Amino acid sequence: MLCQECGKRPATLHFTKIVNGEKNEFHICETCAREKGEMIPGTSGGFSIHSLLSGLLDFETAGKGTASSVKAPQSLRCEECGMTYSQFSKIGRFGCSSCYKYFGDRLDPLFKRVHGNTVHVGKVPKRSGGRIQLKRKIDDLKLELQQRIQQEEFEEAAQLRDQIRTLEKEMAGQ
Amino acid sequence: MPNLRFTEKALSEWMLGTGSDSDIVISSRVRIARNLQHLPFPLLATRQQSEEVLNLLAKVPEDQDNKSLGTFYTIELDEIEPIDKKVLVEKHLISPSLANESQNGAVMISEDESISIMINEEDHLRIQCLYPGFQVREAWEKATSIDDLFEAEVDYAFDDKRGYLTSCPTNVGTGLRASVMMHLPALVMTQQINRILSAVSQVGLTVRGIYGEGSEAVGNLFQISNQITLGQSENEIIDNLHSVVLQIIEHEKNARTRLMNDSRLRITDRIKRSYGILSYAEVMDSKEAGQRLSDVRLGVDLGIVEGPSIPVMNELNVMTQPGFLQKKFGHDMNSEERDIYRARLIRETLAKA
Ligand SMILES: [Zn+2]
Ligand SMILES: [Zn+2]
Repeated sequence: MLCQECGKRPATLHFTKIVNGEKNEFHICETCAREKGEMIPGTSGGFSIHSLLSGLLDFETAGKGTASSVKAPQSLRCEECGMTYSQFSKIGRFGCSSCYKYFGDRLDPLFKRVHGNTVHVGKVPKRSGGRIQLKRKIDDLKLELQQRIQQEEFEEAAQLRDQIRTLEKEMAGQ
Repeated sequence: MPNLRFTEKALSEWMLGTGSDSDIVISSRVRIARNLQHLPFPLLATRQQSEEVLNLLAKVPEDQDNKSLGTFYTIELDEIEPIDKKVLVEKHLISPSLANESQNGAVMISEDESISIMINEEDHLRIQCLYPGFQVREAWEKATSIDDLFEAEVDYAFDDKRGYLTSCPTNVGTGLRASVMMHLPALVMTQQINRILSAVSQVGLTVRGIYGEGSEAVGNLFQISNQITLGQSENEIIDNLHSVVLQIIEHEKNARTRLMNDSRLRITDRIKRSYGILSYAEVMDSKEAGQRLSDVRLGVDLGIVEGPSIPVMNELNVMTQPGFLQKKFGHDMNSEERDIYRARLIRETLAKA
């Protein structure tokens, strides 16, 4: 068997990675393994994760049966860094943090497959985390304010408006 | 002038300690990936932008308020020789990608080498804590406290829904990768390893091992780490890894006991042969070294081999890597020469032990 990296030397290292019960095998020669620097016992590194990932991202082209709503148009593009969705699915890397915003919900199937989840539940940065919670609260109050005004409940609306002002001041102060 | 103290010795100071369950768990590592707001990820960053990232992040540990962290030594990757990069990789102080592919890449290493903070790797910031033995919780506690110090001074790319935003979709959410390096010779010898590892992979963990021609992993070393970073809290991730590793430790211990009960002579013979060969051989390739060092390590754990300690065995694992050999003997060498120097280094180290 020849090395799958260089295709020249015989493969002497047979590397198996098992993810969620799926076995992925890699066959490479010792020279390529050393060059990659990640196959030496004791080293970490994500040798297989990228090939695995590009397989995951292939659902764009391979999965004709996937719901059309999750299909990203080829023109989808991050306005911040210029990366297109199709570039992203080839490289398997985002170009900047705004890519997440521009690709939006279309990333859900990918996250579902990689993580089994789409929403973060862990640590939140103290500073911006507080800001995020404050912003959420203000948005909720504004929605309620609109409803009150529509229902002509002006007294309650005035209270809500004051509350929103206080919170907005607090946010500006942070 | 770049600081080269880290590439001269094979053994990091942290490795002198052993940590709990160090007969089976070699080391525990936690890595947290973070990025700065308003700057493209390193993949797309211009030289000027990656320099900005470096300047913003490198000053954080030097801040007066953060002196509690201790002293850090900053190494810019552009300023050191390829051989020193290789040694830093072999000591797990930096990743291969920081060594070879980064622009304005840098690492800040703590005095005892247990903390390394990488800048401009795949993400702007990667905080790594590497502890001996089974200390994955302790490593997480340390890493998250360092994360807090950075967060107090820089604006992270964080999204309400997706969490900490990373360049690779496999890291998004917590940005946390926790891993444990295990030495599992008895599970390999008793052919239970595949069953156990595939069970491990059912619960959201990843296993990495290195395989030779046969079915035995070279060095019998396996790295178990979390696969999922989104939708689980950091505590869930650490607890899950912790409890699975505890179970593997139990299985390995049972397998060792059974081996010693059923085939004491065969095991003792195998270990002492390996010890003899390592003590006297003139040529030793990396694969054979991996296997024989594993045998001797098991022998030390079982009390069959006296002399070398676990830290010495850890040291040999690093010393016998190509980069370190070259650094130690001071010149480039082809693989045959390397096998000769490797054999010599092992002989000399074991003779002193
Ligand atoms: Zn090759
Ligand atoms: Zn972008």
